[in-house]
Amino acid sequence: MSPSLDLPPKGGFSFDLCRRNAMLENKGLKAPTFLKTGTTIVGLVFQDGVILGADTRATEGPIVADKNCEKIHYMAPNIYCCGAGTAADTEAVTDMVSSQLQLHRYHTGRESRVVTALTLLKRHLFNYQGHVSAALVLGGVDITGPHLHTIYPHGSTDTLPFATMGSGSLAAMSVFESKYKESLSRDEGIKLVVEAICAGIFNDLGSGSNVDVCVITKGHKEYLRNYLLPNPRTYANPKGFEFPKKIEVLLTKITPLKEKVEVIEGDAMEE
Amino acid sequence: MTKQHANWSPYDNNGGSCVAIAGADYCVIAADTRMSTGYNILTRDYSKISQLADKSVMASSGFQADVKALQKVLSARHLIYQHQHNKQMSCPAMAQLLSNTLYYKRFFPYYAFNVLGGLDSEGKGCVFTYDAVGSYERVGYSSQGSGSTLIMPFLDNQLKSPSPLLLPAKDAVTPLSEAEAVDLVKTVFASATERDIYTGDKVEIVILNASGIRREYMDLRKD
Repeated sequence: MSPSLDLPPKGGFSFDLCRRNAMLENKGLKAPTFLKTGTTIVGLVFQDGVILGADTRATEGPIVADKNCEKIHYMAPNIYCCGAGTAADTEAVTDMVSSQLQLHRYHTGRESRVVTALTLLKRHLFNYQGHVSAALVLGGVDITGPHLHTIYPHGSTDTLPFATMGSGSLAAMSVFESKYKESLSRDEGIKLVVEAICAGIFNDLGSGSNVDVCVITKGHKEYLRNYLLPNPRTYANPKGFEFPKKIEVLLTKITPLKEKVEVIEGDAMEE
Repeated sequence: MTKQHANWSPYDNNGGSCVAIAGADYCVIAADTRMSTGYNILTRDYSKISQLADKSVMASSGFQADVKALQKVLSARHLIYQHQHNKQMSCPAMAQLLSNTLYYKRFFPYYAFNVLGGLDSEGKGCVFTYDAVGSYERVGYSSQGSGSTLIMPFLDNQLKSPSPLLLPAKDAVTPLSEAEAVDLVKTVFASATERDIYTGDKVEIVILNASGIRREYMDLRKD
């Protein structure tokens, strides 16, 4: 008897249930939505290294699921990666490559290079043909200098002096295109990154809340979580609200279950 | 061969939330002022509230082009009523007119989610809540729009008794004072703004009472 429903031995996705899902959708069942990060993420190269920036809103459709999530992920002591797209995908892929980089560091005895992270990420994403919905801005400083790359869900990459990704990327890019110049100082660079993220936060509904910044230079990195908080809650009733502590009991009926069940001593539970 | 469906829709959703609360001798109607389409903001300063008569104020969220058309139809019909009857329409009368107007377009509806607030002929607050095709009910409070799923449970908790069997029943016209009701509305919008991307910018609050009509604005998160 030949096995017809074996799981694919080499891993990867199994598309067995696609026909059944399509049939259910035709019958009117709505598929569950994914937690996407809406998002504005940016990166730029300045005089001494790279600066990455991100907003902190995670959305599930029109609802804000997390008002203060972390979108700048650690890859290596000298490399960080911002992620847009499906939150689970960006987390999983950055954690995975971060572990691979650490093992590689032990193997080679050297500091990780940005191009290594780039290649590991793009190979993985291409392998999954765009089904892993992660759009990344990868930046870091290694022995060969500062680097900034963008990586798309299908696996293509770009190497750029300044980059933006996510639903707020157009708003952020408009700021960069107007104001970017080469050899910015650290303060000018941070100011520009914050301006670009704020453009995304205020003009894109998928992005919001706070600004996270990460500055990477040769031999040193600064992860500035919640660098700017431009969106405090506007009103909270100073007196607070009363919530009825009791649940009103309308009817009490107690049925002892012992009378309804046969209790067999000893081996009743054994297979 | 499955039927070919249109790849163009005449509707769009401009987002936003509306709330109305009826009191013993006042009525509070509020709506945010953000107008959006998809992930973009069209304007931060758009009023979704329209005064249809002396004692009737309507707040509508949904497709604002349809809302504007609806407001024009109602205001024209009210003018005719005034010419024919030599008086303003009462709030319950306006409520019925709105329902009929919506049902008139049952097979190509106004994509408008309305909440009508005002004072009835006895001077008590009244709120009427609608669906897109005109089904309506007089209630003590209501919310519509993108943030309604976030706002309604909180209003139920604060304004409704847990069970109708318990006396005194807290439903219908709330015993809260006008200032407390306005405070509640501000809190409710600040909370909805935190979690709904389509609600924000500013909230416009209209208060109707025996002395007339008053308008208040409060800033909300702009992100």
